[in-house]
Amino acid sequence: MGEQTDAGAREEFHESAADGAADGAADGVAAAVAARVEGAVAARSCGQAVLCCDRRHLAEVGRVLRDEHAFTSCVDVTAVDHLLDADRWVPPGIVPERFEVVANFLSHPRNLRLRVIVEVPEDDPVVPSLTGVFPGTAFAEREVFDLFGIRFEGHPDLTRILMPDDWDGHPLRKDAPPARIPVTFKAAGGPR
Amino acid sequence: MTVDPPVGADLEAIEEERLERQTDEGAQELRSTRELVLTGAPWPEAADPGETMVVNMGPQHPSTHGVLRVMMELEGEVVLRAKPVIGYLHTGMEKTGEELTYVQGGTNVTRMDYASCLSNELVYSLAVERLCGLEIPPRATWARMMLVELQRMASHLLFQATNGMDIGAVSMMLYGWREREEVLRLLERITGLRMNHNFIRVGGIAADLPDGWQEATLAVCDRVEAGVREYDALLSENPIWLERTVGVGVITTAEALALGVSGPILRSTGYPWDLRRAQPYLAYDEVDFDVIHTTNGDCYDRYRIRLQEILESARIVRQCVERMPDGDYRSQDKKVTPPPRARIDESMEALIHHFKLFTEGFGVPAGETYVAIESPRGEIGCYLVADGTSRPVRMHIRGPSFYNLQVMEPMMRGHLVADAVAVISSVDPIMGEVDR
Repeated sequence: MGEQTDAGAREEFHESAADGAADGAADGVAAAVAARVEGAVAARSCGQAVLCCDRRHLAEVGRVLRDEHAFTSCVDVTAVDHLLDADRWVPPGIVPERFEVVANFLSHPRNLRLRVIVEVPEDDPVVPSLTGVFPGTAFAEREVFDLFGIRFEGHPDLTRILMPDDWDGHPLRKDAPPARIPVTFKAAGGPR
Repeated sequence: MTVDPPVGADLEAIEEERLERQTDEGAQELRSTRELVLTGAPWPEAADPGETMVVNMGPQHPSTHGVLRVMMELEGEVVLRAKPVIGYLHTGMEKTGEELTYVQGGTNVTRMDYASCLSNELVYSLAVERLCGLEIPPRATWARMMLVELQRMASHLLFQATNGMDIGAVSMMLYGWREREEVLRLLERITGLRMNHNFIRVGGIAADLPDGWQEATLAVCDRVEAGVREYDALLSENPIWLERTVGVGVITTAEALALGVSGPILRSTGYPWDLRRAQPYLAYDEVDFDVIHTTNGDCYDRYRIRLQEILESARIVRQCVERMPDGDYRSQDKKVTPPPRARIDESMEALIHHFKLFTEGFGVPAGETYVAIESPRGEIGCYLVADGTSRPVRMHIRGPSFYNLQVMEPMMRGHLVADAVAVISSVDPIMGEVDR
């Protein structure tokens, strides 16, 4: 416990198996994929296997995981806006950007989990869609598009899913303040 | 343990076994026309495109479990295609989660899946604890397990009630609610609230189990088990019930896996995948229970699985009552756990500590993690990103219902509108968790 400020301590924390249940097999998969895909880096985070790669390769990594490593499901796709903590820790060789898209893969037959993280720049928030490999990510990618404004290339139906269709902006971005909604009835001049 | 763990299970063998055991020819035929979801093949066209009609079911409809809206294109009474439309209950809970400290976060997540609140609290607490590297005392672990299993019973009883009501067995609704109320009454006695308990907290549970909890818990188990036997006698061989559910809404293992489906829906296709068994958390590797699975993947199987799982949960609860360890019910880490009430009266430091903990919260080391557990509806996951302060950078809940909803589309295709109601019901979505 305690505040961790210096980068070395953070790195150590990331590399240590916090829960003691380090599963070497998932690390092996991460290393194998990292060796195949250009610019990909295998890392550990709190004892879990993580693969960081270039965003252009996300769908390709999904395909490799499904076809060669028996990863049967993509259980979750989400994103993080790092606007306010730009100095965060990232594995060496990865350039931090404002957004991160995070996909969690699960292999039922091998009982492994692997998390793939790609950095997405603010000025060109586009990522290849995983729907061609795992159709179940369709809803999740729509949610990320809706709440973060990250577009998924090749998604069959990239529309807003949670917010109204005419909503302006993307609420889960850090520069979208909560509880600020444009006034609906401007014409009616109230008492104030 | 009568069921083999799914590790290394062979998908093709499961599919073959399932096809062998599948006797309903109608269901067979239906499945063969549905390669589509996986291959992205176009939807079947209506014989006469001018004769189809788009009907909106919901968001205000008694059988859509809250505010789900399903757009259905119908030809006569047959559903050609269906599209679930969600977002009517969106309250921005993930955004709220970024504004709240880790101490306050529990009250937020517990309102997501309001039929199994304790699962949400548990997955959130486990994620924070993993980031902190916090050890949980055994009594807290076992109490958590018992509470979550009680909640699973309540949640599945709720399913039995609403499923019965949707399909037309209205008396089932009354019976299901009756037994669920018993479980909720017990949870109220233990946690103080019927729902949205905020009882499982980072570091353990909020309070020790009350006096006489063993007898009360066992009495509830008896009551629920008797209830389940009653439902079984009422429905399981009821010809009307069979007519409405057998062969309706069939889904295969491959489809379910590709769509990210988990929980009873995945197990109904013949794949015995249960995170409690496959990736044990809490003390699930120390208790005896079976992973219930069936092979047909239809509405009847999903009803059957949930019915049986109530009994399995009762079995786990009984073991928890028997083996509940003594000791602390929460971690003694002063950074996370507030001082006991009595200390505040006599110690200035304790008062300050208490105040700081509830105003400022505690800092969590920078890092990110994904933790998944088995909720009554499937895999509920929490993706948490911390930056060293007392509020998360990102708090994302992977709701099982959100993914399970996608399966409605292939399940409904080619069925009647009345069967669509059975399908929605058997998916058992909780919209609070879908929209978050």
